[in-house]
Amino acid sequence: MTATPALVPAMAPVTRSAASMAEDVVLDVEDLSVSFVSPQGIVPAAREVSFEVRRGETLAMVGESGSGKSVTSLAILRLTPPAPQCRIEGRVRLRAGDRRVHDLLALPEARMRELRGSAAAMVFQEPMTSLNPVHKIGDQIAEAVRFHSALSKRGALDRAAELLDLVGIPDVRRRMSSYPHQLSGGMRQRVMIAIALSCEPVLLIADEPTTALDVTIQAQILELLHDLQQRTQMALLFITHNLGVVAEIADRVIVMYAGRVVEEAAVLPLFKRPLMPYTQGLLRSVPRLDLAGRRCDELAAIPGNVPDPLALPPGCSFAPRCAHRVPELCDARVPLLEGAGAEHFVRCARWASLAEGAPP
Amino acid sequence: MTSPVGAIDGPPAKPALTSRWDSPALRRFRRHRLAVFGAVTILVLTLACIVGPFLLPFTDTFIDIRQRFAPPLSGAHVLGTDQLGRDMLARLLMAGRISLAVGFAAMAISMVIGVCVGLVAGYYGGAIGAVLMRFVDAMLCFPSIFLLLAVSAFIHPGVETIILLIAFTAWMEVARIVEAQIKALRERDFAVAAEALGASDARVMIRELLPNAIAPIVVAATLNVAHAILAESYISFLGYGIQPPTPSWGNMLDNAQGYLTSAPWLAMLPGAMITLAVTSFNFIGDGLRDALDPRTDAR
Repeated sequence: MTATPALVPAMAPVTRSAASMAEDVVLDVEDLSVSFVSPQGIVPAAREVSFEVRRGETLAMVGESGSGKSVTSLAILRLTPPAPQCRIEGRVRLRAGDRRVHDLLALPEARMRELRGSAAAMVFQEPMTSLNPVHKIGDQIAEAVRFHSALSKRGALDRAAELLDLVGIPDVRRRMSSYPHQLSGGMRQRVMIAIALSCEPVLLIADEPTTALDVTIQAQILELLHDLQQRTQMALLFITHNLGVVAEIADRVIVMYAGRVVEEAAVLPLFKRPLMPYTQGLLRSVPRLDLAGRRCDELAAIPGNVPDPLALPPGCSFAPRCAHRVPELCDARVPLLEGAGAEHFVRCARWASLAEGAPP
Repeated sequence: MTSPVGAIDGPPAKPALTSRWDSPALRRFRRHRLAVFGAVTILVLTLACIVGPFLLPFTDTFIDIRQRFAPPLSGAHVLGTDQLGRDMLARLLMAGRISLAVGFAAMAISMVIGVCVGLVAGYYGGAIGAVLMRFVDAMLCFPSIFLLLAVSAFIHPGVETIILLIAFTAWMEVARIVEAQIKALRERDFAVAAEALGASDARVMIRELLPNAIAPIVVAATLNVAHAILAESYISFLGYGIQPPTPSWGNMLDNAQGYLTSAPWLAMLPGAMITLAVTSFNFIGDGLRDALDPRTDAR
């Protein structure tokens, strides 16, 4: 679906074994492309995104606004707008709690609905608006419990109280009969997490769950997610644009740019030795408090803007903003996602020479 | 959410247990004098219509030919009698039963139709929504009074058919209100969140979205009762509605036409009842509109 498909040779070196999923892989996304049909043309929001998340692992998906993070996560659960406005291609496989593998994009809607919430759940960015303002907290959690279980109303309410306790909400019985507007933002996000966990999903997708919260609450929520993951061994797909949060919670990171995965690595190698110039720029643009005592330069920023999704450059999407651009190399074709070490992948035509030439 | 750590463990923003009678909405409603007046009037009127006929010494069909055209406050008949010597108070209360029942029943049916159409159209949008809403537009184009008259000329008029007729000409406004509300609510995060938890379409529509649209629906329902009472009066007045001897405020008016100069109370009393009931419902509607819209507090 890219502009120059003929120039992209077989993806064999990067696509993981397509046939079978390793036993500990919970979510396997292969060449997922999502595009929206708009009056101006077809807008590719995510392009050939591939990754996998394993049991008990946290995969962070990082990128600027509009890089396709949220669209990818919504497409996994098939929550994007229906077919004529939005096209999804590729393959998404999920290993549910009973170890059965489901091909999510091929499932009928009714089967998909059964998996949503029970096998894969989602926590959204805005805790202020993700709860229904007219229902009590306890009822909302109990409702979620009852979507996928045969519990009685009373049993579901007991389970809701248990869940609220699990996510660290004090005075559970009183909170159960509170309305969302009576809770603080951090508490509401805890409630959202409780709802997401209600059916013990194997995969939790958290779409910027801490962005709307202030910093101290952020830390508490991150810790809570980490604790819960330790306990339940669920896989966590954590979407954020906050690199500080990534460093804190992630095991592995994928960096998205203009709808594509541009780098994938374990968290330490990525922070220590980012290979893609975009990732390097991102890391440089984080304000560093520890440097304040020394010399306080102006905050480094990546020049230019995210490309217009309707007029993407023919080659590397980042080339127009890249300091290391070599026109004949970078603009010729979209670089492949190449292996650059153990579990380290980078989509840059010059990564090898850059790594040699200028070690960070 | 602004206070960082304390907010997590601290007390909630408001005490969790406020009595429903103390809610801000009810306080706003109580401030609306005319609405309170309307609510009290409707309550009294409804009770009187239900209980009254059992307490009166006359039934609405009891004919006392010697007491024809007795004026109000002139003897045993408090509100006088009509051309057949029937007690006006008994007739007004029995007619009230019919008229109010028609009003409430027609409202209920038109609400069900309107809410269903609006929900489906607003939730699915696209082709389904367009077809449904264009149908609503087409229905709105008919002048409903003429439609009512034309249809009631063909079918046997009775209480049930009048209710259905009025309901079928009154649901479109509701459908439009609900559609607009649901369209806006559909985009809210909690709708997507419910879907992400595996809620079915029907569940999202009824459990998540509809309760959030209840305020304008309640207002529309109140105004719909007034409309239905008025519509019933029109049709009955024109002779196509509730048929004598069953009294309704409309056909009592019709009946009074011939005696407008000799016995004006025959027209004035049912006219006053219609006015009282309709304006009361309209006041309640206005009051509810203000009470259920939290922004009115900011004035």
